[in-house]
Amino acid sequence: MFINNDVTKATTMQERHVVQPHEAGHPIILSTEDLHVFYGKKEALFEGDLQFGSNQITALIGPSGSGKSTYLRSLNRMNDRIATVTGKIMYRGVDINQPGIDVYEMRRRVGMVFQRPNPFAKSIYDNIAFALRLRGTTDKYALDEVVETSLKQAALWDQVKDDLNKSALALSGGQAQRLCIARAIAVKPDILLLDEPASALDPVSTSQLEDTLLDLKQHYTIIIVTHNMQQAARISEYTAFFNQGRVLEYDTTSQIFTNPQVQVTSDYVSGNFG
Amino acid sequence: MNSKRQNKIAIGALYGIAGLVVLILLALLGYILASGVPQLSWHFLTAPAKAFLKGGGVGVQLFNSFYLLILAMAISFPIALGAAIYLYEYARDNWVTTTIRTAIEILSSLPSVVVGLFGFLFFVVKLRLGFSILSGAFALTFFNLPLLTRSIEDSLRTINLEQREGGLALGLSRWETVTRVILPAAVPSILTGVILSAGRVFGEAAALIYTAGQSAPALNFADWNPFNISSPLNPMRPAETLAVHIWKINSEGIMPDAKAISSGSSAVLIIAILLFNFTARYVGKRLYKRLTSA
Repeated sequence: MFINNDVTKATTMQERHVVQPHEAGHPIILSTEDLHVFYGKKEALFEGDLQFGSNQITALIGPSGSGKSTYLRSLNRMNDRIATVTGKIMYRGVDINQPGIDVYEMRRRVGMVFQRPNPFAKSIYDNIAFALRLRGTTDKYALDEVVETSLKQAALWDQVKDDLNKSALALSGGQAQRLCIARAIAVKPDILLLDEPASALDPVSTSQLEDTLLDLKQHYTIIIVTHNMQQAARISEYTAFFNQGRVLEYDTTSQIFTNPQVQVTSDYVSGNFG
Repeated sequence: MNSKRQNKIAIGALYGIAGLVVLILLALLGYILASGVPQLSWHFLTAPAKAFLKGGGVGVQLFNSFYLLILAMAISFPIALGAAIYLYEYARDNWVTTTIRTAIEILSSLPSVVVGLFGFLFFVVKLRLGFSILSGAFALTFFNLPLLTRSIEDSLRTINLEQREGGLALGLSRWETVTRVILPAAVPSILTGVILSAGRVFGEAAALIYTAGQSAPALNFADWNPFNISSPLNPMRPAETLAVHIWKINSEGIMPDAKAISSGSSAVLIIAILLFNFTARYVGKRLYKRLTSA
């Protein structure tokens, strides 16, 4: 019976299966159309057409070199000097992948947290406040308030509220990563891009980080690249599976993990490769 | 011979070589300090030199050395900083940057006497600056620029790429990222490089013989108007430095205590350079600690 079942499944397997999110209350805030990324002559991303619903968490999964990080980094144009990105990235109806766009302004709307925590060699307070000061917020009380709310949202406030003037480099890995999240949300973005944010953290910090992300989605749209499939399953509403520079499957996370429509996805999520 | 034994012999040889280097350094330092320190006195450090009589000091030369050092640093540091930021933070790897790097490399391996002669022909003669502190400072800039650029570039290299991405991801421009994130983090290491290169500049003689000149006219330390000829601050006066003074006394000194003055000057020079080195280490460490653990 099992064998029989497998055969029928194999015959119905598709090459590609994409279901864009379409839930009421979660309008599409960001989408890409016909996105291609080239490193020099080498094409790293052949096409990525994905839509992201606001205030949801979308996980990008796939084996190493599948193009998921490349895709993520294209979304706030962090690849500008490294790669050539063609196609459209629509953010609230505007194509942000065109020359006339103010990239710096755009990156404040689409923030990013990286794989390795990268706090600046400044005090905890200044890590958060200094980008705001650069943009003209000099009022001490306003800054204090942003620092406090950002740290609270990143669930770091209680641990550091007495040490705001200490160097951020003394924080532990998990705390430093929270600080980076606080720093990113302090400039009031809509969207948070996270590139394997937990891969350098221990399991306890990882699970705390996941709780934080679940809280944060009330305020932000979150797109997270992860190697950890349990993590994707635990926190995301939608999951995109990347392989060899293509999006092979995009659907609700429960569909991807319980009833994948593409053979490669099925192999990947069941741990047969990758 | 088994590998254990081989290893022992190799370690022994390496220890021997390292020991030899340290020994040579200690012997040199010991000799210079032993023969020089007894000559030192407040009078020696402050009095002007005497050409024919006993009992001259190196006050003017010492002042000249520091003044020249400060001027040379004031000229070369901004240029080196700019060049290093351009090369490391902005430039892409292409033939232009390759050419610049090669030029810097060649410039840094130019013998300092060649730099001095070029300075003589160009600044002293062609630009009519004469034997002056300014000519000397320009020559030292040529001598110092490539080394300083290299050391600042190395300092920038020690700051992780992630720091730059962190800045950009917050919506900072590349310039803001460099000036607000990267440079503050690189300050300890840049400062160490600056102080070390200051030591090198301080001890330089060959590049100055033909540019800042070999005479040290008496200075009036009460006159700080840079436009007066006897003012210490006048950048257009000839200014023999300590290192040049040592060279000159040894080659053509006719004062009766030439040997003693030369030993004393060498000791002052060595002590100053050692101070530069230790300060560099101390300041670099302190700053790094302040930035990392506060």
